[in-house]
Amino acid sequence: MLPEAVAAVTAAMVRTGNPSSLHAAGRAARRTVEEGREALAAALGARPSEVVFTGGGTESDNLAVKGIYFARRAADPRRTRILASAVEHHAVLDAVEWLVEHEHASVTWLPVDAVGRVHPDELRAFLTDDVALVTVMWANNEVGTVQPIRQLAEVAHERGVPFHTDAVQAVGQLPLDFAASGVDALTVTGHKFGGPLGSGALLIGREIACTPLLHGGNQERDIRSGTVDAPGVAGLAAAATLATERQPVTAARLAALRDDLVARVLTAVPDAVLNGDPGSLRLPGNAHFSFPGCEGDSLLLLLDARGVEVSTGSACSSGVARPSHDLLAMGADEDRARASLRFSLGHTSTAADVDALIEALPAVVERARLVRR
Amino acid sequence: MKLLAAMSGGVDSAVAAALAVDAGHDVTGVHLALSEAPATLRSGSRGCCSREDARDAARTADVLDIPFYVWDLADRFRSEVIDDFVAEYAAGRTPNPCLRCNERIKFTAVLDRALALGFDGVVTGHHARLDQGVLRRSVDPDKDQSYVLAVLTPEQLAGTVLPLGQLTKAQVRELAAARGLAVADKPDSHDICFIADGDTAGFLRERLGDQPGPVVDALTGAVVGQHSGAYGYTVGQRKGLHLTVPAPDGRPRYVLSLSPVDRSVTVGPVEALEVGEVSAVRPLLLADALPTRCRVQLRAHGMVHHCTVRESDEGWTIALDTPARGIAAGQAAVLYDGDRVVGSATVSAAR
Repeated sequence: MLPEAVAAVTAAMVRTGNPSSLHAAGRAARRTVEEGREALAAALGARPSEVVFTGGGTESDNLAVKGIYFARRAADPRRTRILASAVEHHAVLDAVEWLVEHEHASVTWLPVDAVGRVHPDELRAFLTDDVALVTVMWANNEVGTVQPIRQLAEVAHERGVPFHTDAVQAVGQLPLDFAASGVDALTVTGHKFGGPLGSGALLIGREIACTPLLHGGNQERDIRSGTVDAPGVAGLAAAATLATERQPVTAARLAALRDDLVARVLTAVPDAVLNGDPGSLRLPGNAHFSFPGCEGDSLLLLLDARGVEVSTGSACSSGVARPSHDLLAMGADEDRARASLRFSLGHTSTAADVDALIEALPAVVERARLVRR
Repeated sequence: MKLLAAMSGGVDSAVAAALAVDAGHDVTGVHLALSEAPATLRSGSRGCCSREDARDAARTADVLDIPFYVWDLADRFRSEVIDDFVAEYAAGRTPNPCLRCNERIKFTAVLDRALALGFDGVVTGHHARLDQGVLRRSVDPDKDQSYVLAVLTPEQLAGTVLPLGQLTKAQVRELAAARGLAVADKPDSHDICFIADGDTAGFLRERLGDQPGPVVDALTGAVVGQHSGAYGYTVGQRKGLHLTVPAPDGRPRYVLSLSPVDRSVTVGPVEALEVGEVSAVRPLLLADALPTRCRVQLRAHGMVHHCTVRESDEGWTIALDTPARGIAAGQAAVLYDGDRVVGSATVSAAR
């Protein structure tokens, strides 16, 4: 967490007060929340009234996907189709699949190209009158590919269909402006940009109908109930302000570090394959490779033992690493998907970290290749 | 040594890993995910029945402060253990899947991978003693697992560390409790891990379908009943035969043999179950020479018989001093010299 965010959270935590209360302490807490709302909105190019505070990215994604689906279907029962990219995070994927299983929804998984990008023309081809919503993430969490969000939202609006984007990866990494993007709903979460865990928001246009999932006090615009976490909001806002302010500098620094990492990995392991967009339309701190003949599991274990922390795809709740659905959607076979690793660079990453990786990598790859499948 | 601890989430493997850490080894924990899940876009459903075990193993690794990973061996487990289990039943034999899992998964797939990754060996929580390559029974006769380890080759045993052989189960639980391991009072696992409801016949019926056939009386040759699948029977079984023709002498009848060729189940009186000689194939000798006189165990936790062993064309012929009952093809015949494992082979026939 950014020290400024820690300070904002701790300062708010020692003050008592429920932002819904009418007395002085309550008003003070409410002021913290509303100032946070204004700061977050300003940082992300939204109006304060478009900010709905949530418990994080998963909640925001569920609220957007299910809430907008329910509202659109209520307005017209024919609207039961969801268009979602095949490379969405599980918070979107599983919410969509739940609607398919329990709420008579049907889904069309929007295809992606070899770098993981959805093309606006493809979206147009799938848009029919029965579509309830379109959801495509801003930038992919695994391979880092940035989606053409503004164009995709425009296409959805040609048919009057609301457009949601999971922008969890984007804040502080990419220029992001809610209003300019044209999207109707946008998911953010604090811990991805130096804010507290468990604090997030859904930015949602005021005219977008969204059925609440949590019922109670209607604290957040009749869309989300639950006492608002004032310290969390304070930390979220402080982090968002700094992260967006520093974004151009952060992105330039991380991209330079990442480009160095990519070039040196490809030299150290000549048959490694860079996954995702090879150009600039990718998250600056993201590098993602397949190492043919290796299992990601083995590479992770060996690098971990040498102090280099990397990720394979997603792990299920029992900790089993699964071949990445993102890579499979991009046309990789299961072997290549299992042979892949993600290297994430963040605000603590340094050139020395890249040096340590490059020093360890050749021997690690060689050893991992000894493992028989 | 640099050791990989196979951690099931149970108390035995937890204490085995802890003892390896105490002994000064550099230990890394792995939990083997063995259960099946369909491969779909979703990945959340894998290993639902082992989720809690995986978490217990991870919590033990936290307490021991060792690295911990989950290895997905479900495909290997299905092809090497579950498919083999079904095929063996289909062939009229009675397999021991735990033994097969040790042979093919824990001490092949896992050990090979561990060695390739630069580990010196694998540590497990089996109750058996292993010293200088000599495998012996655990000091706890009720928990002894040397029978299901007897299929390991000397090379496999050379890469294996078994810290629990000198401990009783009660002592293992005490050690776990003393270390504050939450699994100290976790119940023992029983039965076959991949048949969660314990209904082996139902599990086989799902995979093999109905295979109706006659139940034949060994003495008279008469058909005395019908069955829907010989895989639902084991040699020595008395109950649940649903015979429609009583025996002439009115005495109970037992399953004597299963014949997959004509799908018949042969039944007869209890004496006909008695076996004095066993043929066993695919022998694995763990001593320098095959002793003529030794003891043999013919099923997990089964009786031990003094015997005389001869080499045969395909393996061993084992003559029992005292008759054994209900010996099923497919089980292991494990030879012991006192508490030392001398070798093992697979029962192919019994007379």
